[in-house]
Amino acid sequence: MPSWVWIVLGVLTVLLAVGIWTFNRLVSLRNRVENGWAQIDVQLRRRYDLIPNLVESVRGYAAHERELFEHVTLARARAIDASSVPDQVEAENVITRDLRQLLAVVENYPELKANESFLALQEELTGTESKIAYARQFYNDQVMRLNTLIQSFPSVLIARAFGFGERQFFDIEDPVRGPSEVDFAG
Amino acid sequence: MIGAVLLLAAVGYVLGLLFATGPAGLVIAVGVAIFMSAGSYLYGDRLVLASTRAREVGPQEEPRLHNIVEGLAIAAGIPTPRVHVIPERALNAFATGRDPEHASIAVTEGLLGSMNRVELEGVVGHELAHVVDRDILLGTVLATLVGAVVLISESFMRAWWWGGVRGRRGGDARGGGADALLFMIGFLFLILAPIAGSLIRLAVSRQREYLADAQGALLTRYPPGLASALRKIQASAGIPMHAANNATAHLWMNQPSRLEGERMGTLERLFATHPPIEERIRRLEEM
Repeated sequence: MPSWVWIVLGVLTVLLAVGIWTFNRLVSLRNRVENGWAQIDVQLRRRYDLIPNLVESVRGYAAHERELFEHVTLARARAIDASSVPDQVEAENVITRDLRQLLAVVENYPELKANESFLALQEELTGTESKIAYARQFYNDQVMRLNTLIQSFPSVLIARAFGFGERQFFDIEDPVRGPSEVDFAG
Repeated sequence: MIGAVLLLAAVGYVLGLLFATGPAGLVIAVGVAIFMSAGSYLYGDRLVLASTRAREVGPQEEPRLHNIVEGLAIAAGIPTPRVHVIPERALNAFATGRDPEHASIAVTEGLLGSMNRVELEGVVGHELAHVVDRDILLGTVLATLVGAVVLISESFMRAWWWGGVRGRRGGDARGGGADALLFMIGFLFLILAPIAGSLIRLAVSRQREYLADAQGALLTRYPPGLASALRKIQASAGIPMHAANNATAHLWMNQPSRLEGERMGTLERLFATHPPIEERIRRLEEM
């Protein structure tokens, strides 16, 4: 065979190898994004389960905060029924804000704060809140890596050819974390 | 790690010389080395945990610690490690295991009692960084291999000591040869101990600690949490740690002190397995 055939074969082999490698990376990142979303989902469900308990425990002490109870219960229902990512993100942000307000209300009731089962519930809630934040952090990191790969050359060609789409970030409404949690976690 | 296996083979060879002559000694040596290496890979984490008297705790027992470990494991994208508590007053923690799927995190009771949530997150973040980077495999295998060397050598040193005392009392002339042999093995220990120490120091670079601090802070997205935890650990430096020994010193979050009120001398600083805590805090504050 003439030498140019070997050169062409060599180039094709390298191209194929790069293509396979890119494809596999796209698949693994897409799976990580999906896994990240599943993690968020697990924690959000845990929070949905905790909200009625929290509302019940606080209601006994602060019946006049009825508006807040209704608001958070409604947001919970809306989040569970949400069909698109932006809808859900919005509803979850409302829940986060309401829960913070609820826990601020609790500060006024020392007997409630001393209640052992309430303390356990509060730890569960704080833990779930931070797990949501961490799951979101992981998810967003993976989405960024996937989107970067999809937008970059030459991986964009592979992504187009096999229909890899960009994903949406789970936007954080309030990016400040850390010190604010100390207040009620001690 | 190859060095540790060779070191162990050498110890095994000496053992072999004692009980057999010729090639049998070498066979025993290689056998011991292979057996110990495989054993430390598979069961090293359990050995290390048992040597610190760590007790596994469930989510019901330690909800706060469990929630933090679970949350940070999610952030790191690894399965949740098993959580252990060590009955010690000193403030310290370590991670062990062979990969993220077989990992354990252990913290002392003292640490649990004195850290708030953000600080505990900082400590757990640091340990999880070791898990993600697979520092734990090297650290655990080293701890068990070096632990074996120290154990074997120490027991021979003891045998020589007590054997010698008994021999002198009984006026037994036969003891002379065995005495000399035991003394030689004890002498080997004197040579091996610093080698083992340097080995750990070489293998577990202090740079890894800075890296774990930085990666831990990346997980929690809050460097002041770990900085504040380190400051508390520094303030409690005088509390002795009974469970720590030369074989596991490099695994801990901060170099454990063995004696009440112990401060680091120049020589210890030279052989320190960890960077000075002030420097770690300074780097965290610059992030």
